[in-house]
Amino acid sequence: MIPEFEKFKGFSAKTLPKDEIVAPGHRACQGCGEMLALRMAMKALGKDIIVANATGCMEIVTSPFPQTAWTVPWLHVAFENAATVASGIEAARKVLARKGKIPKKHIDIVAVGGDGATGDIGIQWISGAFERGHDMVYICLDNEAYMNTGVQRSGCTPYGAMTTTTPPGKESFGQVTWKKNVPAIMAAHGIPYVATASPAYYVDLMNKVKKAALVKGPAYVHIYSPCPTGWGSPGEKSIEIARLVVETRVVPLYEVIEGKYILSRKINKPKPVTDYLKTQRRFKHLKEEQLAYIQKRVDEEYDRIVKLSEMD
Amino acid sequence: MATSDAIIGWKTLPFGCHITEPGSSAKFRTGDWRSQRPVLDKEKCIKCGMCWIFCPDMAYSQTKEGYYEANMEYCKGCGICANECPKGAIQMVEEEV
Amino acid sequence: MSKRVGVEVSIAVADAVKLARAEVISAYPITPQTHIVEHLSDVVANGELDAEYVPVESEHAAMSCCLGASAAGARTFTSSSSQGLSLMSEILYHPGPMRLPVVMVVANRALAAPISIWNDHNDIMVQRDIGWIQTFAENGQEAVDLLLHAYRVAEDPKVSLPFIVNIDGFTLSHVIEPIILPDQEDVDAYIPSFKPHVKLDPKKPVTMGPVGIPEVYTEAKVAHEMALRASKKVIIQGWKEFAGKFGRQYNPIETYRMDDAETVLVTMGSISETAMTAIDAMRDEGQKVGLLRIRLWRPFPGPEFRKAIGKTVKTLAVIDRTISTGASCGPVSAELRSILYKMPGRAPKIFGFVAGLGGRDVTVDTFREIVDKANLYAKKRPTDLYEVIGVREK
Repeated sequence: MIPEFEKFKGFSAKTLPKDEIVAPGHRACQGCGEMLALRMAMKALGKDIIVANATGCMEIVTSPFPQTAWTVPWLHVAFENAATVASGIEAARKVLARKGKIPKKHIDIVAVGGDGATGDIGIQWISGAFERGHDMVYICLDNEAYMNTGVQRSGCTPYGAMTTTTPPGKESFGQVTWKKNVPAIMAAHGIPYVATASPAYYVDLMNKVKKAALVKGPAYVHIYSPCPTGWGSPGEKSIEIARLVVETRVVPLYEVIEGKYILSRKINKPKPVTDYLKTQRRFKHLKEEQLAYIQKRVDEEYDRIVKLSEMD
Repeated sequence: MATSDAIIGWKTLPFGCHITEPGSSAKFRTGDWRSQRPVLDKEKCIKCGMCWIFCPDMAYSQTKEGYYEANMEYCKGCGICANECPKGAIQMVEEEV
Repeated sequence: MSKRVGVEVSIAVADAVKLARAEVISAYPITPQTHIVEHLSDVVANGELDAEYVPVESEHAAMSCCLGASAAGARTFTSSSSQGLSLMSEILYHPGPMRLPVVMVVANRALAAPISIWNDHNDIMVQRDIGWIQTFAENGQEAVDLLLHAYRVAEDPKVSLPFIVNIDGFTLSHVIEPIILPDQEDVDAYIPSFKPHVKLDPKKPVTMGPVGIPEVYTEAKVAHEMALRASKKVIIQGWKEFAGKFGRQYNPIETYRMDDAETVLVTMGSISETAMTAIDAMRDEGQKVGLLRIRLWRPFPGPEFRKAIGKTVKTLAVIDRTISTGASCGPVSAELRSILYKMPGRAPKIFGFVAGLGGRDVTVDTFREIVDKANLYAKKRPTDLYEVIGVREK
C-alpha cells in the first residue's frame, strides 16, 4: 500500500476547500464541464503547486494577456509537452533544494492537458516523463475532441460521435473507432497511481486528485469533462451528463493503485446507454445497429474493469 | 474591457510577457454574457452548497446567513446550479434587456 | 592551477559545463553531440557536478525540460545537432520572448535528405530566427571559452536570453586539441549564480506564457528583438571581462591580415583555421588577401563588421556552409549584402560561395579557388547568383 494514503482522511461534502485556485473572469463557455473539473482538481491540490498547462481550452480561457485566472505559479509552453515541462520544473526544484537555494518544502508539480494533448499529440512526452519517474501529477481533462480548434475528432472521441472531422454522411456514421483507453496506457507504465473521475462525483474526484499528489512518483488522473459547445448539450446539463455517463457504465470510475484496479463506484443497475447518448446532439444521428453495438461494447468494457478489480 | 489594459508599448510590456498579478482575470466581467440569471428561493434552500461546488464560473460564495449567492459580475447564466439544486430552490429567469 | 591538456573538444566542452555548474542537464543522444552529454552524465554520476541529468525521450523534450527547469530558476544545459535540432524547433522559439537563459551547444551537422551525420551549418541556419544569442567557435579552446561566456551573458540580468554556442560537428567536436580548462574559482567569479527576474515559485505566483492577443503580440515580439539587440553590449563586455580574467580576448568579428587586403574571405566556425593557413600561403605569394571571421552571429554585429572592412578592401568572398534553397545566396552572404547595402561609396563587391556541405573537406586549395574566382568575378560578372565550390556536374 501507499504509505502517504494512510494519513489522508479524504474530503467530504462539508470539508471542501473554500479557496479558489482558478479565479473567476475566465473565458470558458457557459456550463463548461472542463472548467468545473479543473476547478475541483485545483481545489483539491491547494496553493502549494506549480502548474504546467498544455495548449488547449483551459490554457486559452485562463490566460489572455494581460490577465490571468491563475493564483498559483503557472506555465504554458506548447501543446504536447506539459509533462516534460513539468519534469524540468521537478528536476530544477530537486537540485535547487539540494543546493539550499530554495526551501525543502514539498511543492506538487502538476501538468494539465486535454484529451488531445494527453492521448494524441503529447503521449510520447507523458510516456517519457512517467517512465523516468518524476514526482508529478498529470491531469487529463477529457472532453473527447479538439474543442479549442472547433470540435475535431481525437483518439478519445467516442464511437459514433459527430465532430467537425467525423461528420455523419451517406458513407459514415461519425467516429468509426472506439475511444482510446488512455488510463490503461498510463497504467501500463507501472506508475503508482492512476484514476478516472467525473465532476458529478466531486468528492471522489477531489480525493483522487489529492491522492495523486500525495503519492511519490508519477500519478495520472483522467477526468471526464462535458463540453456543451462541442457535444451539443444544454449548458445546464453538464453535471447531469457527467452523472449519467457513470450510471450507464460508459465511463467507469476506478483507481489503479500500484497496478491493482479498484472500482470506485459499482453500477449494479445500469441505465441504458441511450439515456446518456440522447442528451447530446453529437450522437443524435446514430441508428439502432450502432446503439446496440455501443451498449454491447460498454458492457464488455465495464465487465473487464470489474474483472480486473476482482484480481488479486 | 480587458484588452484596453493590453494597449501598452514594448518598453512597458512586463518582463518576458509574464503576468505577475495572480487571479487578475477577476477584473474581467463575464456577467454580460448572461441571458438568464439564477434566483434563489430562500424558503426552499437548505444551504447544501451544490450550487457553489457545481458552478464553473466561481460565481457563488456563502453569505453570513449561510446561503449561497451568485455574483452577477461573473455568472454566465449556464443554469447548472438550478439544474443541480436538490430542492428546486433556484429558478433561472430571463434577463431583461 | 589551470593547465593545458590534450583533450577531445566535446569532453572539454562538457567539463566547461561542469565548471559553469549547470544544475539541470537534459539531452537526447544524436551524433555528433553524444560525447558531450555522455561525459556530462559521467560527471553527474560521479558526484563531480551537483545537477539533475534528465535523459529525455527526444530533443523536443530536452528543450521542453530545460525550459521548465529554467523557469523554475535552475541553470540549464542541453546539446543537440541536425535532425534533433529540427525536432526541437517548435520549443526553440519559446525561451527568447519568455526571457529564459537556456544554454545549448549545437554540434553542427547537415540535415537530411539524404541523411548525413557530417558537418555543415544547415541545422543551425534553419534556426536562424529563433531569437537566441548565437556564437560560432573556431577551435577547442574557443568552444570552452565561448561556453563559459554564454552563461556569463545569458543569465546577466540585463540580458536574460537563451544562448547557443555552435561548434562544428566532428571537425571540431571530435578532434583532440590542447585546451586550457580554467580554475573553478575563476569560473565562479566570472559566472555569478543565476538570479532570475521572475521564476515559478508558490510564494510569488506568476503566469508565464499567457496568450498573446493581437493587442500585445507585436509589442512582445519587439520587446524580445530589442532585448536581443541590446545584449550585444553585454556580450562584448563579457568578452572583455573574460580577457581580464583568463587572458584570451574575443571580439564579435575577428580580422586576420587585413592590412592593405583587397580580397577578403568571410568565414564562420572551424574552417577559419584552414582559411588562415590559406591566407598565409597566398600572402607569401604576394596576394593582397585577408580574412574576416564572424564569431557573433546573433545579434548580428553589423557596425563591427562594417568597421572591420578596411578601406583597401574591394571584394568579399563569403563562404556559406549551407544552401538556402531557392534563395539568391546563402544566409551569411544575404546578411552581409543586407548590412553593406547602405555602406556609402566604398562598399566592396560581395560574391557568395557554398562549401563544405555534409562533411565535404574545405582545404587550403578550396580557399585558393574561392579567392581566384572572387578576383575573376570582380572583373567579369558571374552568371550564377552564387557558386557551390567543388560540385561535380557529371
